Amino acid sequence: MSLPLIVLLPLLGSLIPLLSNNRQRTLNAWSTALLPAIALGMAISHAPGVISGEVYHFSMSWVPQLGLDLAFRLDGLSLLFLLLILGIGLLIILYSRYYLSPDDSMPRFYAYLMLFMTSMIGIVMADNLLLLWVFWELTSLSSFLLIGYWYQQSEARRGARMALAVTGMGGLAMLAGFLLIGHIVGTFDMQTVLDSRDLIQADPRYLPALLLVLLGAFTKSAQFPFHFWLPHAMAAPTPVSAFLHSATMVKAGVFLLARMHPALAGSQLWLYIVTLTGLVTMIYAAYFALLKYDLKGVLAFSTVSHLGMITMLFGLDSKMAVAAGLFHILNHAMFKATLFMSAGIVDHETGSRDIRKLSGLRRSMPMTAALAGLAAASMAGVPLLNGFISKEMMLTETLETGILGGLAWLIPVLATLGSVLSVAYSLRYVRNVFFGPEAQELPKTPHEAPFLMRLPMLLLVALCVVIGLLPALIVTGLLGAAAQVTILPPRPELHLAIWHGFNLPLLMSVIALAGGVGIYAVRRKLFAFQRQFPQRNASMIFEHNVRSLLHWTQQAIDRFENGSLQRYMLWLIIAVLFLTGSGLLDLTQLRGPRQLQALDGLLIAGAVITILAGLGTAVLHRRRLVSLMMLSVVGLMVSLAFARFSAPDLALTQLAVEVVTVILLMLALFFLPQRTPKESSGARVVRDVLLAAGFGGIVASLNYAMLTRPLDTISGFFLENSVSGGGGHNVVNVILVDFRGFDTLGEITVLCIAAIGIYKLLNRLRLFMPSSDSEGRPWSRDLHPMLLGTVSQSLLPLALLVSVFIFLRGHNEPGGGFIAGLVTAVALILLYIARGVDWTQQRMSFQYQPIAVVGVAIAALTGLGSWAFGHNFLTSAFGHFSIPYIGEIELVTPMLFDLGVYLTVVGATLMILANLGKLTTRHRPSKENEKETV
Amino acid sequence: MEALFATVTGFLAASGLYLALRGRTFPVVVGLTLLSYAVNLFLFSTGGLTTNGAAVIRDGVDYYADPLPQALVLTAIVIGFAMTAFSVILAMRVRGDLGSDQVNDQRGEESKEDKS
Repeated sequence: MSLPLIVLLPLLGSLIPLLSNNRQRTLNAWSTALLPAIALGMAISHAPGVISGEVYHFSMSWVPQLGLDLAFRLDGLSLLFLLLILGIGLLIILYSRYYLSPDDSMPRFYAYLMLFMTSMIGIVMADNLLLLWVFWELTSLSSFLLIGYWYQQSEARRGARMALAVTGMGGLAMLAGFLLIGHIVGTFDMQTVLDSRDLIQADPRYLPALLLVLLGAFTKSAQFPFHFWLPHAMAAPTPVSAFLHSATMVKAGVFLLARMHPALAGSQLWLYIVTLTGLVTMIYAAYFALLKYDLKGVLAFSTVSHLGMITMLFGLDSKMAVAAGLFHILNHAMFKATLFMSAGIVDHETGSRDIRKLSGLRRSMPMTAALAGLAAASMAGVPLLNGFISKEMMLTETLETGILGGLAWLIPVLATLGSVLSVAYSLRYVRNVFFGPEAQELPKTPHEAPFLMRLPMLLLVALCVVIGLLPALIVTGLLGAAAQVTILPPRPELHLAIWHGFNLPLLMSVIALAGGVGIYAVRRKLFAFQRQFPQRNASMIFEHNVRSLLHWTQQAIDRFENGSLQRYMLWLIIAVLFLTGSGLLDLTQLRGPRQLQALDGLLIAGAVITILAGLGTAVLHRRRLVSLMMLSVVGLMVSLAFARFSAPDLALTQLAVEVVTVILLMLALFFLPQRTPKESSGARVVRDVLLAAGFGGIVASLNYAMLTRPLDTISGFFLENSVSGGGGHNVVNVILVDFRGFDTLGEITVLCIAAIGIYKLLNRLRLFMPSSDSEGRPWSRDLHPMLLGTVSQSLLPLALLVSVFIFLRGHNEPGGGFIAGLVTAVALILLYIARGVDWTQQRMSFQYQPIAVVGVAIAALTGLGSWAFGHNFLTSAFGHFSIPYIGEIELVTPMLFDLGVYLTVVGATLMILANLGKLTTRHRPSKENEKETV
Repeated sequence: MEALFATVTGFLAASGLYLALRGRTFPVVVGLTLLSYAVNLFLFSTGGLTTNGAAVIRDGVDYYADPLPQALVLTAIVIGFAMTAFSVILAMRVRGDLGSDQVNDQRGEESKEDKS
């Protein structure tokens, strides 16, 4: 159970610094360190078990549909990384306490740092591929925050953005690779995947999966040609660099190589890609490390170079190479963290990081100089330090490989070259900064940093020395456990020692040391040589590429999205025609096997009227009023069609909606031009007619094909359960308010939202109010005909009664909330028309918005009510009650729901129409004015 | 009967689409309404065309119209009304604020092409 706590504690720890303020710096640092320290203790408490070969697992279902489990594991590899992340992380917390200036927000820094630490721990402990990916992306995000910590500096912002873009892209590629692996194996469970090596490598998808996963690893670990983000990430505060580029962020990439090694490695593909990428990166970056003037730049490129070396070791086809790689991860983290801290101290105490300015600092800061010197010696691979042992192992393994066939000698030669350069830049780092004459004109007078700031370096260097002297004693157990889960059996015997006798690797080490000193001596010639080449700044190239990408996408968007609705419709219709048309092409014949039903005269007449009215709407569209009347004919015919084909509910609804729609469109037309000018060219009309004909043809064919094929419906369930389960005989209504009540709830919500949107659109709308129609005839003076007023007023109670009746019987007979609501709305609208908005509002002074909202609320609360009785959302209950004088009636909870529907429909419809109607009154010309104008 | 029904649906869809491709707001709104009739008829017919089927459960009756498409279409009619209302009032607002009832963005250069 303590496994998730190891992840969780640092996550909680990211909140602790936020509780504190910027002034209590020491307290802040200690309280932040508390939780990761506990997590470290827990990790160490598992160490004996892990070293003896045990693997701890913890699993909890998270999103089972995706195969994503909250699963953690603790094996040798996780433990190795955990110790690095938490151990170095704690030292960084201590170091940052002294590094950050009082102007920097310490709570923010520590919160980001802890978030980053959590995500790293998540990566190394994840026992599920998808979970690993989640934490992987979290590291990208939190490192973005850390690198951009000094967001006032444009360099920091750019560096952060670049790191996020490169590693985020790699992360997405990795996700694709993981998904492929998950498809091949059938699960994302880590152990299963690791055990499925043969299955994965035999699959044709192995190649893309491997490439994608490697893309993720290489971008994260800054392998050539994705290395360019890392030097720019140096804009981060130095403790961040010390943490990200020694023990964590960039190590995530090589961690992934190690983690996936049992499953993905062993093929020729892996051997060549990984080894050669690592080798190229190692030499390329080592060369540039030698050339940099910025202390952190030197360290950044040396980091890239060492990561290349580790990558190469994971690529090689010898099993000991993997163990050497793991060992070097450990060693590199220690000496590189120390070196970054020393660079930070130098920067902090002298105000400069420029190697050309710095000199002779060993006098003013002897302790820092000694520690940095030891760490750099370890980086160079000087004997008796830990870096020597892993470098020696690396050189040994390059001799063993069979890669490149007859040219296999190239590998050890190039590896030695890399080591030579490594020695040279390590020497340059130490000698130029700490030795030589005392530096002049530094921004600050250098002096030694506080002891507690040096303490982390001291501890790390002490470890470097102890491991260097007694490798077998200190790390054999840990490395053995890590190798156990990384290397497939049979596993080689791990044999760490300082002295292996006089052999070829020792000679190569000697060459490296001597050659490094030699190159350092002639470094000025090298600088001069390099000056012939134009300087290339990765940041500028990257920004330029990003800008041109934006430019291109903007152009592409402009091409498609030109502001023409007609153009969008065209694309849409063409897509529809293509998709449905291609489906129809697959049919062997249009007509299916089903028996056709007979025609009768009434049907033919109805169809002819509908078609003519539909065509009339389109053909006569310039005369808008006529077109609208044609539309209403279509609506009426559709309503009759519903009645003809046994759907009384639909017929009623369609009829009521038709009335409301036509009134609405008439009102709108009052404010819009009465006629459409002739604009479209002949070619455009022909194009649109052809498109419309094609569309209609496809719709008709599809409909015919569907109608003539056997029907397989799920409605039997509803018919059988309507009475017993829903307590109603009108199945349509029971479906609406009960079986599919959740859908209806969504629909009335949409209706309500649309009405509120319309209400807002009408707000403060000023429109030209025509005083005559398009032919110049003035509108009738008799605005509210007496006859209509009287009739509608006397009809109102009757109509309301009818709507109550329709509402009440809706559960068992055709009717229901929708139809009753529409009938009520129509009756009220008729009153508005007959008597005018002012007259009606004097008598009905309430607002319609609350009614609609209350309707949705009632429906939702009805649904929630079933929770109170321990049922699922919207479970219905019903019972029969006997009421004196009225007789037996049936009360069901869906009726309450239906009441909500009713109120929403009434409220929304009237909100739309009454508010639109109000527009006609506000600044309508008075009669006197009208007389003058006429 | 099936062929006739399909023909009607096709004609309504074609007329609606033609209107929806016009360059002024009001015909577009009318076209969308017409199109929604066609869609409703189509959806409705997915349950088959039932003549004289029972709509309400009665004892001893076993010939029913398919209720599921009906329920779907019923809400579709109401939502269709909301959509028509919203688009027509959007058209009014556009006329009020921009002084035009054209559907194309007048600022873009493409709209010249569509005005032709």
